[in-house]
Amino acid sequence: MGRIINLDIRHITRIEGHGNIRLNVRDGKIEACHFDIVEAPRFFEAMIRGRHFDEAALITSRICGICSVGHQLASLAATEDAFGLSLSTQEKCLRRLLNAGEYFESHTLHIYFLAIPDFVGAKSVLPLVKTHRDVVVHALKLKKYGHDIGDIIGGRLVHPMASNVQAMTKTPTEKELFSIIGWMQEAKMELMLNVTTLANLSLPDFNRDTEYISLYKPGTYALLEGDIFSSDTGVASYKSYRELTQEYAIPNSTAKRCKHTRDSFMVGALARFNNNYQWLSDNAKSVAERLNLTPKCTNPYKNTLAQYVELIHLADDAIDAAQTLIAMAQPLKVEERIVSPVAGIGIGSIEVPRGILYHEYAYNEKGFIKTANCVIPTGQNGQNIENDMRALVPQIVDKTDEEITLMLEMLVRAYDPCISCSTHLLDVEIIR
Amino acid sequence: MSKPTVAFFDFASCEGCQLSAINLAPQQLLELLEVIDIVEFREALSEKAYHYDITLIEGSITRKSDIPRLQDIRNRSDLVVAFGACAHIGGINALKNFQRPEEYKKAVYPDTPDLFETDIARSIDAFIKVDAFIPGCPIDTDEFVRVVKNIVLGKNPDIPDYPVCVECKQRENVCVYELGLTCLGPVIRAGCGARCPSNGGYCYGCRGTIPEPNIYGQKDVMRQYHLTHDQMMDQFKLFLNHNKEVF
Repeated sequence: MGRIINLDIRHITRIEGHGNIRLNVRDGKIEACHFDIVEAPRFFEAMIRGRHFDEAALITSRICGICSVGHQLASLAATEDAFGLSLSTQEKCLRRLLNAGEYFESHTLHIYFLAIPDFVGAKSVLPLVKTHRDVVVHALKLKKYGHDIGDIIGGRLVHPMASNVQAMTKTPTEKELFSIIGWMQEAKMELMLNVTTLANLSLPDFNRDTEYISLYKPGTYALLEGDIFSSDTGVASYKSYRELTQEYAIPNSTAKRCKHTRDSFMVGALARFNNNYQWLSDNAKSVAERLNLTPKCTNPYKNTLAQYVELIHLADDAIDAAQTLIAMAQPLKVEERIVSPVAGIGIGSIEVPRGILYHEYAYNEKGFIKTANCVIPTGQNGQNIENDMRALVPQIVDKTDEEITLMLEMLVRAYDPCISCSTHLLDVEIIR
Repeated sequence: MSKPTVAFFDFASCEGCQLSAINLAPQQLLELLEVIDIVEFREALSEKAYHYDITLIEGSITRKSDIPRLQDIRNRSDLVVAFGACAHIGGINALKNFQRPEEYKKAVYPDTPDLFETDIARSIDAFIKVDAFIPGCPIDTDEFVRVVKNIVLGKNPDIPDYPVCVECKQRENVCVYELGLTCLGPVIRAGCGARCPSNGGYCYGCRGTIPEPNIYGQKDVMRQYHLTHDQMMDQFKLFLNHNKEVF
């Protein structure tokens, strides 16, 4: 009788939120292969109904602690879209800085605390405090830069209080902006010096082509504005996001799944890297070269490398934004924008660390939300993760249960899933 | 003496409090690890343990099926700390308690409203004994470190029971009511350093009320600044679902 693999990995560790993997292989044939999100559903889209536009960002921020800035920026963008508001250069720069803070916190957490321990045979970052203290200190420093930028621009990085539809309610001093430039220069230096840590990781040699979807604005590595680009079908207006996400609910997973032209697609750092490589900063491109990362890359494990490359780009972009602000009349003043509600629908699309995020609100004429829809990156990636698992399992089916479990967990972790975002929403269960 | 073992768990939440707990400068974190031994922290560790000296629980309880897990954690812990607003006072999740379940289920899963289990969002003390709490959405990192150190030393957690207004005055802020904003500072527990009003914002109550809050006084202030009943209630609903005297 052939081997029966029965793996049931519940509450996968080192990811944000609760997810399970179930795998059932009999005689080398996959009978079941699932990636389930089992986070308690939280009903944000319902809770936000009837609330005033002024509170949309502060409430939706709480969808996710790790990408609270991204939810706020998507929320503001949706409201601005509904009311027909445009952004001043100052506001754009402040948002770029706040966003850079979040990427530093989030990507660093994922690369060093969640992903790297697997490659050195550790169960967490804690043993590395003894064995690789320099790497841990380096990672904590990078993460701290993110939080410190968040403090200056947003009041704090997790659920900032300064993000407001009228304008950011606080402005940085010139001295603070120079501090940010200093930190980002140090961060870049640190990242370039430590690139070998990432380059030396032996990532599984697994490739599967898929559709890559990201924001798109020619001339920029689009993160905060633009249309949508699919590697299969090209450019589409951000207004057509529902066509590009096609959400559907499945049992066993509180996060809805998405599809577009194929039955799955990928969003996140690797998708952005593949679609917008040409607009990365020169420093970021040179680091990509040292990591042997070139577009189009179809190895999902390399999403972690793409995140590293993005950190360099974000540092360059933050320095540019801070310099732009410094060149303006000092001290910067809090802008006074009059916001007049208009009945109608607005859509905000933002690249958060884990991929493209959409918020859509329908407002009444008094500026109260009638309905809301939030489409979260991890929900968009859900089916793609499962498809990767299905393609990977036959290649590793001769390995031990422990090895298979580790490779599947590493695959899930590579996507950096953020399951708390279970607005509408991991464990590994292997059954051989 | 061996270091006390510490574990982190989460239920319905954004995990922002756990994230804030590790928002420490390298030196701070290394120092903290000198006095405690973190043995379980799903978001960051794959290790598991059986017994914990101190357990920090983030998140509110929104489905019955989570209660046995919560009780099991309680049984294996010497001290349980409600970690952040969701665990402490129900948090933002409790905003849905003001809607009918059929209503919010249909709004999010129109075709399959009953596919997923959900119930009223409650703080963890509705189900288990809680020994201490760290308030806030998210928690304040410095307060977290202070509370953990105090607990390790066998002292009181030392959470202020005076209102945010005290800290706001200490910072010499102009009252945000004078700037045209609304604020719950007079009845909300301090300890955040009046962070929101100090950064162009206003207090919306994430740390919960002080003991015996003067809600009538708070409503009087809001009336003076021409808030309607509905506007007041909307403010209270965000984080004060717990307070029976408000609703």
